[in-house]
Amino acid sequence: MDRVPILKIGPVLLVSIQVDMQDQVALQLQEDLGERIVATGAKGVIIDITGLDIVDSFVGRTLSTIASISRVLDAETIVVGMRPAVAITLVELGLSLNGIRTALNVERGMELLSRSTEPDSPDEFDLDLDDLSETTSP
Amino acid sequence: MTLNAEQGERLSEILSLRSDKIAKRWAEVAAAPLKGRLSAAESGRQTAELQQQLQSSLKNGALSLDGAAGAELRALLTELSRDRARQGFTASETATSVFALKTALYENSDAAKGKAEALRDYVAWSEFVDELGLFTFEAFARAREQIITQQSEQLMELSTPVVKLWEGVVAVPLVGTLDSARAQVVMERLLQALVDTGSPYAIIDITGVPSVDTQVAHHVLKTVMAARLMGAECIVSGIRPQIAQTIVTLGIDFGDIPTKASLADALRHVIKRLSADARAAKREQ
Amino acid sequence: MTTVVGAAQLQAIVSDEDVVRVRQLVRTAAVTAKLSLVDQTKVVTAASELARNTLVYGGGGQAEVSTVDNGARRGVRVVFSDDGPGIADVELALTDGYTSGGGLGLGLSGARRLVEEFELNTEVGTGTTIAITKWAR
Repeated sequence: MDRVPILKIGPVLLVSIQVDMQDQVALQLQEDLGERIVATGAKGVIIDITGLDIVDSFVGRTLSTIASISRVLDAETIVVGMRPAVAITLVELGLSLNGIRTALNVERGMELLSRSTEPDSPDEFDLDLDDLSETTSP
Repeated sequence: MTLNAEQGERLSEILSLRSDKIAKRWAEVAAAPLKGRLSAAESGRQTAELQQQLQSSLKNGALSLDGAAGAELRALLTELSRDRARQGFTASETATSVFALKTALYENSDAAKGKAEALRDYVAWSEFVDELGLFTFEAFARAREQIITQQSEQLMELSTPVVKLWEGVVAVPLVGTLDSARAQVVMERLLQALVDTGSPYAIIDITGVPSVDTQVAHHVLKTVMAARLMGAECIVSGIRPQIAQTIVTLGIDFGDIPTKASLADALRHVIKRLSADARAAKREQ
Repeated sequence: MTTVVGAAQLQAIVSDEDVVRVRQLVRTAAVTAKLSLVDQTKVVTAASELARNTLVYGGGGQAEVSTVDNGARRGVRVVFSDDGPGIADVELALTDGYTSGGGLGLGLSGARRLVEEFELNTEVGTGTTIAITKWAR
């Protein structure tokens, strides 16, 4: 069975889904990601779905679950690169991907992550607390 | 209507025997209703081409338009119909060019002399020509439909421009009535523009939309939701008072979608957001 | 009048991989029928939902994928059938959010919204057949 590779770039894990996934592959990814977040102490996960030509309710649910699991493990998940046709179909299907943050592409996703992860300098603390409360309550 | 083998043979015979005379008469009769809008030479060339094809198809054993033997004849008739439809001729004017063959055949065969056998042949040929004519009629209608579809597609493209207003901002000014089909095209284009330009903000300006019904409102809502799924935010601008009233009366919930009175207001709002984003990004570095 | 163009393709649905195969067959048929990209995506997504239903709730079955023509437009038709337990309350099963298997409950109702024609025949204890058609615009 294929496995979706997980790359580590700095404090961020990058997952680029390129294949038409079997349900089992999606579940495996969900499991693998949890383990990698703990092993690497990553603060952010970017899932690039540019390569997916459809997202059905199963994949949608898996993405939501991944986001929830990451949150519990103190990592923020951002789904990037959703194609227009996929987005239109998801709206029609009635799937809203609650609790998932999205960005147009990997670059924007990185920006979003760097804004919401904890700051190194304490003087920025106030502002980032605000940002955090905004991002953790869907 | 299918000719029998002998009828086909005799038709082929007369077509080659009296080739020139038939061609001349066919061209004359065919050109008459066109009233000079198509040059006599051009119309004559078309009928001559048909005559040639008819002859060679008959030789290949085509006794009707159906099947493989009639394929070339069908193709030629389709081409004629398409040309005429493009040039703006009517269906009858086009079909007459084919029916004209009947007059030419009648006058050039023994049927004109009232011979019973020749008349029987003529009736069969005539039915065959009717078949060609009817086919032309149908091909003409199909060609016209194609032209209409193409034009409405072109119109759709003209009427839904997606423009880049600012770095990171695209806008689509909607003008005219939005039906479901057009709304769908607009939606797809706007979302594609977000991907192509990497813009996180989109403005949908409906100043030019005369009325908003439930369906249109839903399309706008769906576009906003789809854009959000992709990681972009939409602002709806140019909502006139009457439209605001309709939206409320229809009970459509625009929820938390940002709305602005004018395109300028929307752009100002977005630029503020963009600079806030940029400040936040800078602080990180 | 709807006629089938070319041969219908049969695909058994007994595993995860078969769901992927159904998606690919439907995609190919949708391209053949000249559906727009969005319509292709919609019909493939609907097929994916229904294929998974066939596998999970119907205990496996088959999909028949064909390109159809109604004289004016072309389209894709997919028929899913299984010999599973059937659906006791069809109306309930077609309600958004209703699920008997721990999913999101959008499979049937969502798939219906994504296509133009949706026929469901089911009998408790005998099985379920669902036929969907998506026409080119």
